[in-house]
Amino acid sequence: MGIHPLKDAFETSRRAFLRTGAATGGGLLLGFSLAGKGAARAAAPAALNTYVRIAPDGWVTIVAKNPEIGQGIKTMLPMLIAEELDADWEKVRIEQALADAALYGRQFAGGSMATPLHWDELRRVGSAGRQMLLTAAAQSWSCPVGECDTTPGVVRHAASGRTLAYGALAQRCATIAPPELATVPLKDPGTYRIIGKSMPNVDGEAIATGRQQFGIDVKVPGMTHAVFVKCPVFGGKVVSANLDEVKAQKGVRDAFVVKGGDALDGLLDGVAILADSWWVANKARDVLKVEWAEGETARQSSAGYAEAAAKLFEGEPQAVLRKDGDAAGAFAKAAKVVEAEYAYPFLAHANMEPQNCTARVEGGKVEVWAPTQNPEEGRGLIVKHLGVKPEDVTIHMVRCGGGFGRRLNNDWMVESAAIAKQAGRPVKLVWTRQDDIQHDFYRPAGFHKLKAAVDGEGRLTALSDHFVTFGQGEGFSRSAAMSPVEWPARAIPNIDYGVSKIPLGVPTGPLRAPGSNALAFVFQCFIDEVAHAAGKDPVAFRLEVMGAPRVLASPAPTPPGGRPPVGYDMGRQAGVLKLAAEKAGWGRKLPRGTGLGCAFYFSHLGYFATVIQATAARDGAFKVDKVWVVGDVGSTIINPINAANQVEGSVIDGLAHAKGQITIENGRTVESNFDDFPLTRMNEAPPIEVHFLKTDNPPTGLGEPALPPVMPALCNALFAATGKRIRKLPIDTADLAWS
Amino acid sequence: MAYTIQVNGQGRTVDVDGEMPLLWVLRDELDLKGTKFGCGAALCGACTVHVDGEPVRACVTPISAVTGKVTTIEAVGATSVGKKVQAAWIAHDVPQCGYCQAGQIMSASALLAATPKPTDADIDEAMSGNLCRCGTYTRIRAAIKQAAGLPVADSRET
Ligand code: FES
Ligand code: FES
Repeated sequence: MGIHPLKDAFETSRRAFLRTGAATGGGLLLGFSLAGKGAARAAAPAALNTYVRIAPDGWVTIVAKNPEIGQGIKTMLPMLIAEELDADWEKVRIEQALADAALYGRQFAGGSMATPLHWDELRRVGSAGRQMLLTAAAQSWSCPVGECDTTPGVVRHAASGRTLAYGALAQRCATIAPPELATVPLKDPGTYRIIGKSMPNVDGEAIATGRQQFGIDVKVPGMTHAVFVKCPVFGGKVVSANLDEVKAQKGVRDAFVVKGGDALDGLLDGVAILADSWWVANKARDVLKVEWAEGETARQSSAGYAEAAAKLFEGEPQAVLRKDGDAAGAFAKAAKVVEAEYAYPFLAHANMEPQNCTARVEGGKVEVWAPTQNPEEGRGLIVKHLGVKPEDVTIHMVRCGGGFGRRLNNDWMVESAAIAKQAGRPVKLVWTRQDDIQHDFYRPAGFHKLKAAVDGEGRLTALSDHFVTFGQGEGFSRSAAMSPVEWPARAIPNIDYGVSKIPLGVPTGPLRAPGSNALAFVFQCFIDEVAHAAGKDPVAFRLEVMGAPRVLASPAPTPPGGRPPVGYDMGRQAGVLKLAAEKAGWGRKLPRGTGLGCAFYFSHLGYFATVIQATAARDGAFKVDKVWVVGDVGSTIINPINAANQVEGSVIDGLAHAKGQITIENGRTVESNFDDFPLTRMNEAPPIEVHFLKTDNPPTGLGEPALPPVMPALCNALFAATGKRIRKLPIDTADLAWS
Repeated sequence: MAYTIQVNGQGRTVDVDGEMPLLWVLRDELDLKGTKFGCGAALCGACTVHVDGEPVRACVTPISAVTGKVTTIEAVGATSVGKKVQAAWIAHDVPQCGYCQAGQIMSASALLAATPKPTDADIDEAMSGNLCRCGTYTRIRAAIKQAAGLPVADSRET
């Protein structure tokens, strides 16, 4: 990769850039910059990738490629580069990347994938930079590279005691061919100075002092504020609206109908109201009257789905999901058969920062400032609905006030762009909390009818599940499918999993630990029931079903471009469960009304186990006394202070599933704010103890896998406390009353 | 109509509807965006500011009703309590997404100004109106204790 003349655009920043590439076509490249006018100039063509710049004063700028949603990635990914670059973390500045897949590859916050996808690559980027600095120093000292070494921010020649700061070497680096990423050396983990050390959030101070900009804080010249009113029934169309009356409201600049399409995850019909202040625009909704064509979905309701599920449970599943061995035979021979039905509701994401986006559409170009988890999906929507080319859309990824999967969908992004285009001026669209709760892509509800066979020795011999979920034909509603390897499949010989589907007009989507966040509740509570029926301790019974430490084979060969197959390591799973039980003092005697419950789960490559102590009053009102969590996410906890924060947050988030639900009536969402869609509050937040079990495996992500075991651990603790089984969420405390 | 209010030690005049909540006056009229919108209904605390030192939900406080001195997250660090609270927040690495934290810091500063050595029950009482969707409560509790000069260990642990 050669050195290229600097583009004029960069001159304005009074920085000359020296960039050099280590790979082409979406690969990784380094860049080194030099400040000052007379500096040598070079720049990469637009398709090049760049992560690192070093200024003459030694400050290192590292680009954070992924969206920041509170998972700490803006701090963590640069740590990987800085470690192998041997940068001085105190002299590192972090810069948020633009959304540019050609430069950075995929940029998204989802699936807890950032660690597994970048652990190797970004350390190599850092190492390549260090190699170039070493070469540059060796050249200026006319000595072999092998005689040079680094300390943070400095290359030294031990034999002569000479040193050169990185800042002094950056210019020379521009003339050095970058090494192959695949062959650069990586540090011995025992020598890490940054990885494995707690590095506080790089935006922590800006946040604490109110200076941090979130999406909702964006301001562009000439901007107006907008609200967008959609049909309360999902996908409903505008027939007519009293726009003149709305426009006559004091301070309202404009009001118009935006025509959308039919896809629930695209641009939908609605009325935009624009004013110089958001509050004025929103207040004008009071006089807005819209006649909607509500469509078929208006006939759907949560009660209707439950009825449909009950009907489906009377018959055989519509399709087989997995069949191993002879479950029917095992049931016939069982000493005990345990049967139970479980159900869980739709859930909203309720990011603390309501959905919002700022857009400018001018001369066929679209520019958006978007708190997004998934910019490329938004670009696609804008291309589709505004008829522009992908390269004409610029996406600034602004810090998100929470993600949780909601901002993988970019409906609000295309809305802001469509409104800005129609308005002919830049627009900041902000949703109300009601808009946010009532126009979400919900965690799908689900229904399970389970049956387990236990033999004369109290061993689990067969398990069957009839899963009623949502979808039509071959397809499932988004995030509404279940994996055929749901544990204990592959651990026991006889499995019968079947599935039936109900058509759904309500949009669904991934909520933190999608699928797992509900399936863990069902399977880890049911296994607890079976343990009790078998007369065994719930921890010991789980370990017995896991069996010998071994890897349960991955389900299926990976489709082209899909994720690599993942086995399920029973040894790692048992390891975290045993340690969680030990930390919690499992088995200790507790007064009636207080109990310990456990659960484990494997998701997003992370092995977790949770023990909860909970206390229920006689009327069933309960409190979580304490939570112990043990996680195995591999050999290295990259940023321990943030890792613990993610786990603590997952527990608090998971506990909210005890009381939250989204109810559909007449095709619309009933709940509208934090009074009827409650989250965990300070007075309900228990002490949380977090431990990591380090094992010799590559590091994996932490945004999600700690969440799934929380709810089953709580329900199992409440059973231990009261003898009452929770099989339906949210928890109705009346069901827990005991005497 | 025109309203003059004291914000962060300065007289500021805005010409708006008297019903406009202080939150939107701060954010859209005065360009003080540190105070956040979360619910608009006094349910989440993201919009918490101080009026004469008391924590107030700016989203339900009409501008016409504001007579006292308003302090926002941008200026709370000028008070010794606010400064300590902010420092403790940074030291404990409290924020995840950070969106709720301005409101949390304003509530915590008001708590410590009134109750310099709060108990866990005092913390529950003062902070339960502030939601944190990311679930940073254990750290918020620890940071409040640190700012108060109390032992940080969670006395509620079993
Ligand atoms: S925005 Fe004021 S309390 Fe939520
Ligand atoms: S840090 Fe995200 S809502 Fe509190």
